[in-house]
Amino acid sequence: MSDVIEILAEGQGELLGWRDPDENRAWVRENKPRGLVDKQMSVQEAVARFVRDGDYLALGGFGHIRVPMALVYEIIRQGRRDLAIAGKTAVHDIDVLIGAGCVAKVECAYSFGHELRGLSPAGRRAVESGQVKVVAEISNGGYQWRFLAGMMGIPFIPVRNLMGSDTFGKSSAKQVRDPWSGKPVTLLPAAYPDVALFHVPRCDRYGNAQIDGILVEDFELARAARRVIVTTEEIVAEEEIRREPDRTAIPFYVVDAVCEVPYGAHPTLMPYRYFFDEAHIQEWLTLSKTAEGAQAYFEKYVFGVPDFDAYLEKIGGLRTLAQLKRIEQLRAPMVNGQAEMEARR
Amino acid sequence: MNHSNDYSLAELLACVASRLLEDNRAVFVGTGLPMIATMLAQRTHAPHILIIFEAGGVGPQVPVLPISVGDSRTFHKAVAASSMHDVMAAAQAGYIDYGFLGAAAMDAYGNLNTTVIGAWERPKVRLPGSGGANDVGSFCWRTLYIMRNQSRRTFVNELDFITTPGWLGGPGEREKAGLPAGCGPYRVITQLGVYGFDEETKRLELLSLHPGVTADEVQANSEFEILIPAELPVTQPPTEEERRVLGEIDPTGMVLGKYQFRPPRS
Repeated sequence: MSDVIEILAEGQGELLGWRDPDENRAWVRENKPRGLVDKQMSVQEAVARFVRDGDYLALGGFGHIRVPMALVYEIIRQGRRDLAIAGKTAVHDIDVLIGAGCVAKVECAYSFGHELRGLSPAGRRAVESGQVKVVAEISNGGYQWRFLAGMMGIPFIPVRNLMGSDTFGKSSAKQVRDPWSGKPVTLLPAAYPDVALFHVPRCDRYGNAQIDGILVEDFELARAARRVIVTTEEIVAEEEIRREPDRTAIPFYVVDAVCEVPYGAHPTLMPYRYFFDEAHIQEWLTLSKTAEGAQAYFEKYVFGVPDFDAYLEKIGGLRTLAQLKRIEQLRAPMVNGQAEMEARR
Repeated sequence: MNHSNDYSLAELLACVASRLLEDNRAVFVGTGLPMIATMLAQRTHAPHILIIFEAGGVGPQVPVLPISVGDSRTFHKAVAASSMHDVMAAAQAGYIDYGFLGAAAMDAYGNLNTTVIGAWERPKVRLPGSGGANDVGSFCWRTLYIMRNQSRRTFVNELDFITTPGWLGGPGEREKAGLPAGCGPYRVITQLGVYGFDEETKRLELLSLHPGVTADEVQANSEFEILIPAELPVTQPPTEEERRVLGEIDPTGMVLGKYQFRPPRS
């Protein structure tokens, strides 16, 4: 047996977010806060300080679930450009960011679609016209394992998916022969996003964040990313976190900014608190059929309002939010998005 | 059993898929028809089926149809609200018996495309990509496909992109590529019939025709040659009981009503 691991195949996709583990360790040592520091700030300040043009960005949650939308709108408002986005089942967030012209590149596990709601007009238009480039393909399972390798501080992780497919061919992975079993195995490169954004139900001022319901891949992503911004439904006292420490999904030492933003995931779903705003999602999907329509959406909901509180007034205020709460808590039936959108006009 | 006559195609597909699921097995579910088929199985012959969602919902008692694979209904009264790493690792480790997939196009070996139509570099149509499909197709013991629009455009000789591996180029190819041994596509359900894969070649083989459909129609709606045995059973239509339960699962027709029905011709 050779003492060199044989590389059997190499994906041709662009390698996003990989770093030499020693370089990242040194960066972490210098830059990540191990002391308890109050990190509360506004979303304006958090985006201004931590999100730069050209960054490789990943957003927490999944599809239309627990997506940090207040931060997404603020990135658009501040005019960030040339972002590379982790399409780790990025649905509403990436679609809106693409529609606003913030995105240059995507590594795609699942993007450009809205699950049962259909394909994404803005995302498709951008990719099919060449405005946005898909630089690599991967799967959902594969993407979160890239973050797992990142959080572990290891250069890659061996897995058994992607093999035999063009998804592998356009990925940034490699295949080698496993020195133990002798079988081919996929090596996924670690991913360290420049910035990761999350919305959580509870967080203290230091950044100890608790999540209710499924974690999706937020546990791994928060620990792999260099900068982490957390928006939270409410800032709670440190003692409240310490009362139920088993619920802490993201510890303070990986967090750089904490912003209190009630309803900060609207129009996406916040488990146990509020349901998808189907009417609002439908409005975006309808308007974003044309570039002009998408622009009108941003004029109305982003540039036309000073902040997220004003946005919440615009989407129907307490009346809408109370209805979404009732639906999420199974106290009211789901509404038809199209009909509700017409009714709100 | 009382078989119904005025059932819709969506109901037929849901029933066929549901009957393939055995009790006390684990199934990776997505939204839409796979969810409905699994809920139907759970409320009829497979009360102990373990439902797992890729975003981390494990063993939920789904109260109403989820809209998304991560929606809170996917972990309602679940045994665990976990993470993607947890459930994907379970699938890779061999815990998950069934997975459901759909696709824009499939070839004779059950390889699937959900990534692009046209060239990857500058696609004519950009589709969402793998999502969890590559993981499901790589890891689940038996993968079930539901493709409601079988045609020469969806059953193709050559895929523009292999997003998810089926049997690749034939027997032994999955293992040769390094995929977990002994798993792969099991059944394909379309608006025309139910298919399996021939043991010798791993090419698509017709197993039953839906009521009113002919073998000629099946072949006419495929670019590649389908293995068609001389003797063919007719797919068992939905029973009155199955239709009643389907009505409970999707009372507003959110999924079942969405389908572009193509009623079998008689």
